[in-house]
Amino acid sequence: MALPSYATRGERIWHYIFLGLCGLVFLFLIGPLLIIIPLSFNTEPYFTFTKAMLQLDPEGYSLRWYQDFFTSSEWLNSIKNSFIVGIAATFLATVLGTIAALGLSSRHMPARGAVMALLISPMIVPLIISAAAMFFFFSKIHLAQTYLGVILAHTALGIPFVVITVTATLSSFDTTLIRAAHSLGANPTRTFFKVVLPLVTPGVVSGALFAFITSFDEVVVVLFIAGPEQRTMPIQMWSGIREQISPTILAVATMLVLLSMLLLTTLELLRRRSERLRGMTPG
Amino acid sequence: MSESPTAPLKTADGVSLKTSLRRAVRRSKLKALLLVSPLLAFLLIAFLMPLFDMLWRSVDNPEVSTALPQTSQALADWDGASLPDEPVFAALAADLEAGAEARNLGLVSSRLNYEKSGMRSAIMGTARRVDTLEAPYKTALIDINDDWGELATWRVIKRESSPYTLSYYLAAVDRQYSPDGEIVAVPDYMQVYVTLFWRTFWMSAVIMVMTLVLGYPVAFLLANLPLRHSNLLMILVLLPFWTSLLVRTTTWIAILQSQGVLNDMMVALGIIADEARWQMIHNKLGTIVAMTHILLPFMILPLYSVMKTIPPSYMHAARSLGGKPFLCFRRVYFPLTIPGIAAGGILVFILSIGYYITPALVGGQSGRFITNYIAYHMQTSLNWGLAAAIASILLFVVVVCYLVFNRLIGVDKVKLG
Repeated sequence: MALPSYATRGERIWHYIFLGLCGLVFLFLIGPLLIIIPLSFNTEPYFTFTKAMLQLDPEGYSLRWYQDFFTSSEWLNSIKNSFIVGIAATFLATVLGTIAALGLSSRHMPARGAVMALLISPMIVPLIISAAAMFFFFSKIHLAQTYLGVILAHTALGIPFVVITVTATLSSFDTTLIRAAHSLGANPTRTFFKVVLPLVTPGVVSGALFAFITSFDEVVVVLFIAGPEQRTMPIQMWSGIREQISPTILAVATMLVLLSMLLLTTLELLRRRSERLRGMTPG
Repeated sequence: MSESPTAPLKTADGVSLKTSLRRAVRRSKLKALLLVSPLLAFLLIAFLMPLFDMLWRSVDNPEVSTALPQTSQALADWDGASLPDEPVFAALAADLEAGAEARNLGLVSSRLNYEKSGMRSAIMGTARRVDTLEAPYKTALIDINDDWGELATWRVIKRESSPYTLSYYLAAVDRQYSPDGEIVAVPDYMQVYVTLFWRTFWMSAVIMVMTLVLGYPVAFLLANLPLRHSNLLMILVLLPFWTSLLVRTTTWIAILQSQGVLNDMMVALGIIADEARWQMIHNKLGTIVAMTHILLPFMILPLYSVMKTIPPSYMHAARSLGGKPFLCFRRVYFPLTIPGIAAGGILVFILSIGYYITPALVGGQSGRFITNYIAYHMQTSLNWGLAAAIASILLFVVVVCYLVFNRLIGVDKVKLG
């Protein structure tokens, strides 16, 4: 967005003010996430920078809270639970969602708008309402306070993300490629594995990642329907923030920020791969 | 070509082309439905049935009619003008005796206590001494507890002996039945929910406006930069979007609390005195700042995808026709971005009114949302009927917003990242 050479002085000033404002908004977006990283290396049990930290004194920094995290059986157990629930829910959501997306992107799907609206609804209904509703219903059918209950609930919450991403991928899928493969002598199985699957996989994988992060980050539903056995990491954080606020939370938060960076990179690579395969120029 | 041109076209096996096409379409319709059906069945069980169950629970009223069956029946013909006669009292004594034996009077006594305070002790106290009761029951019961001699007591029992009730909904909008069965507002000091609903709505509106004001310039910048730069800056938007909600809330606690980073910084710079640290969290300000930060990407992404489709030549044309920059923006560019504003705005609003975690952690007493009361009645007061009624009202508002959103934009246009 370079300024044209004929811009007046007023336009130039306005342009730089505009860029400055955008810079401030970016700072607002990213600053809080960056502040938490140095804070997690604090020696003292405070949520703020100590004098020693500001003077860059090595004494002011320590791995104390990380050690706390990795030696606490409660935290480690909660991580294990998060992965059990997250992986199972992602698997279910991805399988069900992908199959449904295949149907939804058919040209002859009846009542597509209504069905789509229904499939997306778990994303729209506020979590607290889903949580309350699932609590009532799951207690009735003895699914409350079980792993299966939490997994089914998270599957429902992850489904919209899978459906949205996979339908988007399929809608831009060029069906003439299938005919081209046939005309070049490939049988349907070979066409599916060599042509369709490589083009669709990036969409499915990013849908699965969305579903996983939804489950991995979800507090409210677990808070209501899980028992003490199924405490996941977000619940552990939640009670940590509410009850005894210790910088161990900041250490966990830092690791989660790194995890989201990793996920973001993976998604970006998937997107580029998918564009390259379609013959579009990578952005 | 001997066939006349009007004869129906046929496929190789002699079926008319029309029939054959219809058959093929029906087959592919069926196939599409079959593919979608497992997911529909799953959502029906794991998501829709719970929602219906909750709606049902908000009007369901089984306590009185199951625990006091004979009384309910005896009261069916009572006109409510004067105290009921001996048979009704006898029925109550019989019900209480059965209930005391089966020990199932807990639910009905707390249910009736929501409607009229003192009912719990009336029922439980009478049940404890039910063995000593002798006919005539009317005087015997009134001797044990004066409440049985009040007309209002019997009206409440009669009203709540119906298997459905609206009293949870009335309670959720700060209304109640008066002793004569009229719908009246609850006393001032007990009014909570209407205020909270309004607060939830106006704070969500403020958050929506904040995200629009902050998000619009950023989306504009991203849409007009060369792709190489904008992809890099997009990471700054997507990283918070992908980071755990709890992490983002925690960072705001670390920044805003009175011993937090921002206050420390201002004290160090001499802007404020050490004793006069600002209270920026556990109030409305905390909720608004943290939620604006959390929901900002949901505004930027739809705005960006709309702005990306506006060709820059429109603005160039407007400028070359002599428009001043601001006029061109207001008359040409801005109207084209309205679909993005609508999409982002409704999305942020819907998400915001349903937020629970962030207001609960940084909202304190004054920055709480109605969702916090749903959780309170679910977990602490255990008044599940009231929790279901509040949740149903909120669900109704969300569904209306969602339908508007769907009508205006279409859910299938939602893009993620």
